[in-house]
Amino acid sequence: MGDKQLRPLSVVKEGETVKLATINAGQGLKSRLTTMGLLPNVEITVINNSHPGPFVISVKNSRMMLGRGMAHKIMVT
Amino acid sequence: MKKITVALAGNPNSGKTTIFNMLTGARQHVGNYPGVTVEKKEGLCKYAGYEITVVDLPGTYSLTAYSIEELVARNFIIEEQPNVVVDIVDASNIERNLYLATQLMEMNVPLVLAFNMSDVAKQNGLVFDIDQLSKLLEAMIVTTVGNKGKGKIKLLDAIGETARQGRMERTHKISYGEEIETELTAIETLIAGQERRLAEKYGPRWLAVKLLEQDSDVAAKVHSKEVLDAVKAGVEHLKTIFADEPEIIIAGRRYGFISGACQETVKSTVESRHTTSDMIDAVVINRILGLPIFLILMLVVFLLTFKIGKFPMDWLEQFFGWAGKTITGFWPAGSDSWLKSLLVDGVIGGVGGIIVFLPNILLLFLAIAILEDSGYMARAAFVMDRIMHRIGLHGKSFIPMLIGFGCSIPAIMGTRILENRRNRFTTIMVIPLMSCGARLAIYALIIPAFFKEKWRAPMLWLIYLIGIALAVICAKILRLTVFKGETTSFVMELPPYRRPTLKAVCIHMWQRGWMFLKRAGTIILAISIILWAAMSYPRPSDELLAGLNPEQAQQAKLEYSTVGRIGRAIEPALKPLGFDWKIGTALIGATAAKEVFVSQLAIVYAVGSAGEQSQTLREKLQANYTPLTGFCIMLFCLISTPCVATVVMTKRETNSWPWALFQFASLTILAYIITFIVYQLGSLIAG
Repeated sequence: MGDKQLRPLSVVKEGETVKLATINAGQGLKSRLTTMGLLPNVEITVINNSHPGPFVISVKNSRMMLGRGMAHKIMVT
Repeated sequence: MKKITVALAGNPNSGKTTIFNMLTGARQHVGNYPGVTVEKKEGLCKYAGYEITVVDLPGTYSLTAYSIEELVARNFIIEEQPNVVVDIVDASNIERNLYLATQLMEMNVPLVLAFNMSDVAKQNGLVFDIDQLSKLLEAMIVTTVGNKGKGKIKLLDAIGETARQGRMERTHKISYGEEIETELTAIETLIAGQERRLAEKYGPRWLAVKLLEQDSDVAAKVHSKEVLDAVKAGVEHLKTIFADEPEIIIAGRRYGFISGACQETVKSTVESRHTTSDMIDAVVINRILGLPIFLILMLVVFLLTFKIGKFPMDWLEQFFGWAGKTITGFWPAGSDSWLKSLLVDGVIGGVGGIIVFLPNILLLFLAIAILEDSGYMARAAFVMDRIMHRIGLHGKSFIPMLIGFGCSIPAIMGTRILENRRNRFTTIMVIPLMSCGARLAIYALIIPAFFKEKWRAPMLWLIYLIGIALAVICAKILRLTVFKGETTSFVMELPPYRRPTLKAVCIHMWQRGWMFLKRAGTIILAISIILWAAMSYPRPSDELLAGLNPEQAQQAKLEYSTVGRIGRAIEPALKPLGFDWKIGTALIGATAAKEVFVSQLAIVYAVGSAGEQSQTLREKLQANYTPLTGFCIMLFCLISTPCVATVVMTKRETNSWPWALFQFASLTILAYIITFIVYQLGSLIAG
């Protein structure tokens, strides 16, 4: 794979699959995302990324909707 | 018959409600958990010598202290010690759903896993080695299809079996890895020595895990400084090792345990269950089509509510008309009995005037239940997020606002899904602008009285839109002033589309309809009687009535009564809005509950013109007011004074009287200003 650069989820294109690296958020939010399956190294596929508006991603075979602000805080490779 | 309690736990969208309905049928009781406004549903179920009380816990992903729902679920399990906890698992999405199961395992509760929606899982090519998985998780596993009622007997058998076995030590523990385990062991030992009572109740391991997760609720229960210091040191130590919160590492290990268990026991012929859903979503949440589709759906909902609701409404109206005449018949013609007046004008006029709107309300709730159960509601939040974001709220705020179309009370309760206080308060403040079911009663009275058939549905739609537009503007203003601050973003699961089942939809509809009927039978009945009394007393002396014809006498009596006096007193203030004192008195009644406006007006007119019983209220309104006044009535009722119950609920949820009173006062002032402008401009144009 090589060293892919760390980038926010919000710039990932529709259809692309990436790996979660870290989440830049407070403990509460981070914990909630974690319990919903957004852990380091989990694979995320971006389903819908229409500007402006929220994101639809696929994680562990379920669809999740994120606000754009949140997508900025999730760093992926 | 042995009595046992079973708690249903599970993720949102796992089909928990369908299992609950399957077990209990319609014998359900809806209430609140003590002290918090989280809905608590209970039902009874008899099987094989057991009388089972089934408690539906709030749908959660986990059992942390971060949200009220999770705390409520957790506390119920610890404090009430249900005989069995059934974890409803969406079998087609097993890894994510088993996360909650690992937490329940750690709490060492007698556990049954219901692999629900197993038909969907099968369709998607998932094959489970149930026996093996059952051994690994140390819990009985039953496959169910809740919405088709499959697996009920097997589930009940498993519950019975597990209840007999009772609490057991588990042999498989989730291992958190050497570093964390070392800390856990140290803390466990300290707890066992220093916090004996806690250790007995919660189990030292569970306490230790929660403390390392920095769970604020558990930490507050621990008094021993030594334990807390050890936890603090442990957390710091782990942070330096992992460069992350211990909590995240622990969650990761739990997921690791799950995927380990699933690797051996779940075979997949890999086919995403989302293909159909994704195809529908490509249209429904499309950037261009999404919003129009949403608006059209809403219009369809209101058309149905109005058009279909008309027939049963006519029947009910006829019934109450007949009932009124029959009761009047018990007294000789022209009798002035107070009891007759109380029954006919107070009770039948008041409560009957409300119950005729039951069909409308049931239909609206039916539509909302279908939208909710099919999975569209989550998409509506998605579609609305763009707009909501612009006014400083997020898409999720839209859900309580949507519920607000039914009733402000559950809507305000529903704002608990918003984590951010500013978002939440802003949403609470504008929720009363969503036209609730009670206000629908007012519109349903006014619109047909003043507008032609083809204009009725668009008129209703317009009123709803005005409410939404005002909510948007007010929210924006609030977010720029009182509740200034950054907009937080949100996460939400998009469940795959499902066909709603008739049973579930009917149960939803009935529960809400029943709440409305209960209100009609209690609060509204009481208010109707009070208002009737206020309208009938004090009575003028005979000398004052001497020389008047019967109609003038009626008029004089009404004006002499308490309500007449109040109405007269505020009439000058209402005149610029096009309202007379009769509408004024109805508006006073509406502060108690919005639908009282209708019953109040019915009473005012029945009392005021007893000679012409044949006329319906609509005809009377038509004869007395212009369409402009009709529109202004709707406008004022839409915006003004949330009902007393809403004010009380706002107080409870914001935990502050000033906010509740602020909401009450500012909305009333806003209503006055807007109605004033519309009436004055309208009068100018109409000449």
